[in-house]
Amino acid sequence: MRESGAGTLDTHEHHAERGFWRTYVFSTDHKMIGKQYLSLGLFWAVVGGLLAHVMRWQLAWPDTAVPGWGEVGPETYNVLVTMHGTIMVFFVAMPILLGAFGNFLIPLMIGARDMAFPRLNMLSVWVFALASLVLLVSFFVPGGAASAGWTGYPPLSAKVEYTGVNWGLNLWILAHALEFAAFLMGGVNYLTTAIALRVPGMTFFRLPLVIWQQLTATTLFLLSVGPLIAGAVMLLLDRIIGTHFYAAEGGGDPLLWQHLFWFFGHPEVYVILLPAVGLVLDVLPVFARKPIFGYRWIIYSTIAAGGLSFIVWAHHMFVSGMDPRLAMPFSITTILISVPFAYIMFAMIATLYKGSIRFDTPMLWALGFIAMFIVGGLTGIFNGSAPADIYISDTYFVVAHFHYTLFSSVVFGGFAGFYFWFPKMFGRLLSEPLGKIHFWLTLVFFNVTFFPLHNIGLAGMMRRIANPLEYEYLVPHQWINVVATVGAILLLASQIPFVVNVVWSLLAGKTAPKNPWEANTLEWTAPSPPPPLNWGATLPVVYRGAYEYSLPDMAEDWLPQDRALAARSR
Amino acid sequence: MAISAEAPAIPGILPGKVGVWWFLASEIMLFGGLIASFIVFRLGSGGWHGEAAHLSVPIAAVNTLVLLTSSLTMVQAFATAERGDQRGPRTYLALTILLGLAFLGIKAYEYTSEILAGFTPGTGIFWSFYYTMTGLHALHVLAGAVVNSILLGAGRLRNPHRLELAGLYWHFVDVVWIFLFPLLYLA
Amino acid sequence: MLNWMRWLPENVSTYGGEIDAVIALIYYVTLAWFFLTLGVFGFFLIRYRRRDGRRATYVAGERLREAAWILVPVAVVLVLDFWIDLRGGPVWAKVKTTMPPTELTIQVTAKQFNWEILYPGPDGKFGTEDDRQFDNELHVPVGKPVRLVLKSKDVIHSLFSPNLRFKQDIVPGRAIPAWFEATKPGKYELPCAELCGFGHSGMKAWLYVHSPEEYQKWVNEQWASS
Repeated sequence: MRESGAGTLDTHEHHAERGFWRTYVFSTDHKMIGKQYLSLGLFWAVVGGLLAHVMRWQLAWPDTAVPGWGEVGPETYNVLVTMHGTIMVFFVAMPILLGAFGNFLIPLMIGARDMAFPRLNMLSVWVFALASLVLLVSFFVPGGAASAGWTGYPPLSAKVEYTGVNWGLNLWILAHALEFAAFLMGGVNYLTTAIALRVPGMTFFRLPLVIWQQLTATTLFLLSVGPLIAGAVMLLLDRIIGTHFYAAEGGGDPLLWQHLFWFFGHPEVYVILLPAVGLVLDVLPVFARKPIFGYRWIIYSTIAAGGLSFIVWAHHMFVSGMDPRLAMPFSITTILISVPFAYIMFAMIATLYKGSIRFDTPMLWALGFIAMFIVGGLTGIFNGSAPADIYISDTYFVVAHFHYTLFSSVVFGGFAGFYFWFPKMFGRLLSEPLGKIHFWLTLVFFNVTFFPLHNIGLAGMMRRIANPLEYEYLVPHQWINVVATVGAILLLASQIPFVVNVVWSLLAGKTAPKNPWEANTLEWTAPSPPPPLNWGATLPVVYRGAYEYSLPDMAEDWLPQDRALAARSR
Repeated sequence: MAISAEAPAIPGILPGKVGVWWFLASEIMLFGGLIASFIVFRLGSGGWHGEAAHLSVPIAAVNTLVLLTSSLTMVQAFATAERGDQRGPRTYLALTILLGLAFLGIKAYEYTSEILAGFTPGTGIFWSFYYTMTGLHALHVLAGAVVNSILLGAGRLRNPHRLELAGLYWHFVDVVWIFLFPLLYLA
Repeated sequence: MLNWMRWLPENVSTYGGEIDAVIALIYYVTLAWFFLTLGVFGFFLIRYRRRDGRRATYVAGERLREAAWILVPVAVVLVLDFWIDLRGGPVWAKVKTTMPPTELTIQVTAKQFNWEILYPGPDGKFGTEDDRQFDNELHVPVGKPVRLVLKSKDVIHSLFSPNLRFKQDIVPGRAIPAWFEATKPGKYELPCAELCGFGHSGMKAWLYVHSPEEYQKWVNEQWASS
């Protein structure tokens, strides 16, 4: 069966054969599709980030005009809250961590010439672009964009009169549906590619961990999104043709949505987290010059965490009005999830033990991820304990917790991967000093922005309120909001070195060698950047696992996966 | 130096089949979510015998038969193609499409008579579930008919692999109905 | 900034102290882990930074003896997890799944964007003539358990009292029971904690906890006319 649109062709004539449109726009090349996902994700990161800054300004100095925006009313504030969450989770984290890195790395790391279904892959990114367009349009329809929170709890989201938002919310649902379709196509492609197209010698237990994490994340997404799609169909029908799924007066139940949403929602956070963990796991051994600590145990832990994530969803609903007797069982499963993740975090730290650690920019970001994610993981225990959650749920403590986990995944994990694979993606080296400045500024101002949110959350500040000064008990703590907002502005400014670095590198950066970091995995055996179909006439053959660094009886401290050694078979 | 984008798949693994199975896994979760919600609601409300009594079991039974027969013809299309038969796949695939369309026609007649009797999706929670579940299923039948028509129209029947993939999907849609029929009409 | 328990508002309910104790337990456990893991992490970074003439040691961590270095800490994590849930279980049960005998039941109905607080009056029954409704004012006596029945007219709201450590979402179509017992007279805020529309920010009621005499005085004033 022919699934590939590329057919049989000669690599050297490849570029001449294809015009601008087939190369950059309607490309079936997994590397170009990865870059397209990356560009769309970065575009939305800018939008989502700016929305966050409007929000933060309003929280620090309520009801004053935001520079470049104007005054923020309560309706607008709800739109900001909703769209910031939606954009960051579905249109930034997923396209960058799954879409960009998954597409770029999977074929290159398993030794495939492209995805199993290249045209489906192209369709995936175009459906995602369509989803982006729909979401963008939803800002400009009469009534404004969705404002029922990124979780869209009905009845607030189910009836127009409760929010005043009509088509904005319908389009919000449609944008999600298209986004899910895009990632379903991508997911089927990732899994099929990794199962069917591995190069000879690339067994499952020789796959780089980033591939394992991508595959686990994709599996979680494929198996959890169905119920949410069902829920979204019901929500749309409630809104448009007057069914009663979420309307108590017609026999429905608003809590049904919360169950369906969070059944998806908790695996979804691992859909974002696991690829980031994978990026960090692949960066660490290269710069510690050591094998990853406990390769197989990490895989088992990942799968265990993925499996557990299907039976923890009600920890988002401790005080939701569901039967309170369900809380403790879910509290136990939730807290159990700390076990596999504790293993993975400890394994990351143990990988450093007796290493020879180089502090290049990708490594700094990976180390930053470890430190920040430990904070986020530990604060999760507060939320996971049902009695503590009575007080903590819906406060800024939760906001601080999930920014320490998700921001550290997307930004620290994402930049670790970006700085590491940039030479492979674009064939140019980035500036190390600028990268380091970018890292340290981001690390400092990330903490200035988000750490104080723990404190104001413990002081009782609720999520999604537009004006904390309306509450007398919050007035004495208002300075924390000011600190966080100033931190956020400086955090945004900290990204300037990054932009300068990338632009400068693409225009005038040094040409990247094939393997600038002396890494073992297969993508470094292809040219930088790899041509269409990745390798010349012969594909590499794999002889060993991905992390054979500093073998005792070898002169070099690295041993690529594809190098044949006559005498030994490791 | 001609190299092919069609990377050699690992022997014994057909990428198309792997892909379709993963797709079906997510589809199972979609209908699974709906069916689980339906069951929880039904248990919570003490049964919907009164509402379900307004549905026509005979019509649905006939429809079940139609859909089961279409699965049989789909199997025959694949079996004849594997034997290298030229006309067999064509005939059986056309029959499958016709039976699928017959299912949709009967379903449309059923919807019309129910709506004329005053039972719309907004009538109550049972009807909300009924129209959503059967409607989503009908969309899947329609999609299956479209896929089969494309196969028939493109004349790519000599490769049984494609027929097998389309068959996997068609049987899945059939199995979903096997769950919906007793849940909605008989329980 | 680091002594987190200091940030909690003053506790004025009988069970608030127990909830705070669970938070404190988790806080000290996680704080210890934070310093331990980041301490080891930082030590490794400095100790094993790249130096000329020294190469990394090949440790795959696959053998059980090596893996034990982290399997043991992971086991400790598991034990601590169970400890936290063991301590938390009874607290949750006390606050959410049991109901002490109460003399006073108050119905709280949330709607966009107000709290309607309904007292049954001297006869103790709802739906009779002596019911009295107050908007955004909840008056209770100190030292007596109070039963609340929570209802919503439109969307999901959440009744939150930072000082009582009380929070319960209110779902349309359900009457959710809840209770608290205040320990200190005073005036406290009752915000809505679940996004409920454009008036969510600023949707709040006031909780007045009265001494027994003052509460009786308030009751007499309110029901004097009837």
